[in-house]
Amino acid sequence: MNAYLTSLSAIVKREALRFVHQRERFIAALVRPLVWLLVFAAGFRAALGLSIIPPYQTYITYETYIVPGLCGMVLLFNGMQSSLSLVYDREMGSMKLLLTSPLPRWWLLFCKLIGSTAISVLQVYAFLGIAAAFGITMPLIGYVTVLPALVVAGVMLGALGLLLSSFIKQLENFSGVMNFVIFPTFFLSSALYPLWKMAESSELLYKICAINPFTQAVELIRFALYANFNGTALFWSLSAAVIFTFVAVWGYNPARTGLAKRG
Amino acid sequence: MILSRSIRTAGLAVLLSTTAGLAGQIWVTNEKDDTVSVIDTDSLEVIQTYETGERPRGITFSKDYSRVYICASDSDAVQVMDPETGEILHDLPSGEDPEQFVLHPDDTHLYIANEDDAITTVVNTQTRKVVAQIDVGVEPEGMAVSPDGKIAITTSETTNMAHWIDTETQELFANTLVDSRPRHAEFAKDGTQMWVSSEIGGTLTVFDTATQMEQAKITFEVQGVHPDRVQPVGFEFTKGDKFAFVALGPSNHVAVVNAETFEVEDYILVGRRVWHMAFNADKTQLFTTNGVSGDVTVVDVASRKAVKSIKVGRFPWGAAFRP
Repeated sequence: MNAYLTSLSAIVKREALRFVHQRERFIAALVRPLVWLLVFAAGFRAALGLSIIPPYQTYITYETYIVPGLCGMVLLFNGMQSSLSLVYDREMGSMKLLLTSPLPRWWLLFCKLIGSTAISVLQVYAFLGIAAAFGITMPLIGYVTVLPALVVAGVMLGALGLLLSSFIKQLENFSGVMNFVIFPTFFLSSALYPLWKMAESSELLYKICAINPFTQAVELIRFALYANFNGTALFWSLSAAVIFTFVAVWGYNPARTGLAKRG
Repeated sequence: MILSRSIRTAGLAVLLSTTAGLAGQIWVTNEKDDTVSVIDTDSLEVIQTYETGERPRGITFSKDYSRVYICASDSDAVQVMDPETGEILHDLPSGEDPEQFVLHPDDTHLYIANEDDAITTVVNTQTRKVVAQIDVGVEPEGMAVSPDGKIAITTSETTNMAHWIDTETQELFANTLVDSRPRHAEFAKDGTQMWVSSEIGGTLTVFDTATQMEQAKITFEVQGVHPDRVQPVGFEFTKGDKFAFVALGPSNHVAVVNAETFEVEDYILVGRRVWHMAFNADKTQLFTTNGVSGDVTVVDVASRKAVKSIKVGRFPWGAAFRP
């Protein structure tokens, strides 16, 4: 058991160290959602208010609406960044070293997931803090109740990153991930616009958005930010997390990857 | 789930304990539904809906809250309702198209603006007789009476004036120009000031009551909203007349004006085409009627934040508080 905890603390520390040493990464991770919040949302500022949909009880401005979506964006990009670092590690050899540890592979990957989620959650809180400084605030209790939602969403999106990294053989292929995974995941969700708006233009797009696990993660965060519970979003987020983790563990199976043979 | 429930229960308990004993109702006239909706100020839910005459607009209570007066504009009547039962007791002779009115501090005389007739009708609510009819400008609407009851004000939408009525003689003693389409008037600071909102002009004009001279003019600017849509209509004062909350019509915002400096301090997003408003008992909550979106937005006065919007009938117009 001790070895398990040692590996957990080592991997989380490594993630934290890597994060602390890469200040640009921290700044970039914050700048991205802030540009959306302070520039994009300002341009699209629905000063006349959005229709009331749960969990909101009254009219809200567009800036307020996209905050949960941008929290999801931080988690999504961080999950992908983490998977990018895995691909890099594998190319540079440190991943091989990690995976030659006597501990089960699923545990090592799980530790990696926990480490990247912890960093993601910290980034989200930094983003929420800056948003609050610009006057876009949530109920105080919401900053507490959102934590479990962020952890679930962070694990789910981190697992998605792991899954992708298990199938990407080279760093160069990562740009494909940007185009074919991150952008569609982000834009085909409720992060930037309510789903009923999507339904007005295309029923098919609406259905795609509705089954997108990222939509569920964003809605889970949205409800939690207002101290509300969304059971459906939690169920689908957890289900997606479990499926992504299983497929990722399978993807990293030594028999499949051939790492064991070569390592 | 249990955690969220317990948090909400705890929140509700705190809310109830702080407002205990201050329970009340907000009565809202629904212009297109010919009804009034009654909102409970604790649960923030509609607890009753009563039928009225056609196109109800202005609404006010008698001093002891045993009677509610409703301007049924298209029925050409002021209706008197028993707020306990919702039964219409009788109509008062009001002149044609009554839109707004104000109850004199003597609890007897109603000053009614007759929009189509360019007159202000004074009705005795006890004898149910018209006491006087005063010629004012075209399309009178806003009505106010000073706290000492000596002065009544009618604003006329087309003439763009505030007409000052001596309530002893029931005659005009002054007319003051204001900006285009004055909609609402209120006395403030123990009657030493008189404020008028101008819908098209987009301003609030503050008069010194003693001299009837303009003391200040307040303008509004809502970020992201075209100035044409910033149309001040109804407004109410907080405790001690420190702040005025001003409904800005189709801009969908309520402005918070500092009544000492006449500066606008805040804009609060509410429903569509916000028109009139009423406070709860201790003036900690404000209820705004949003005509186009058909709801009432509850604003927390201290934090200046909209907390909830409550669906009522179609085109809610006037609002009044009842303990």
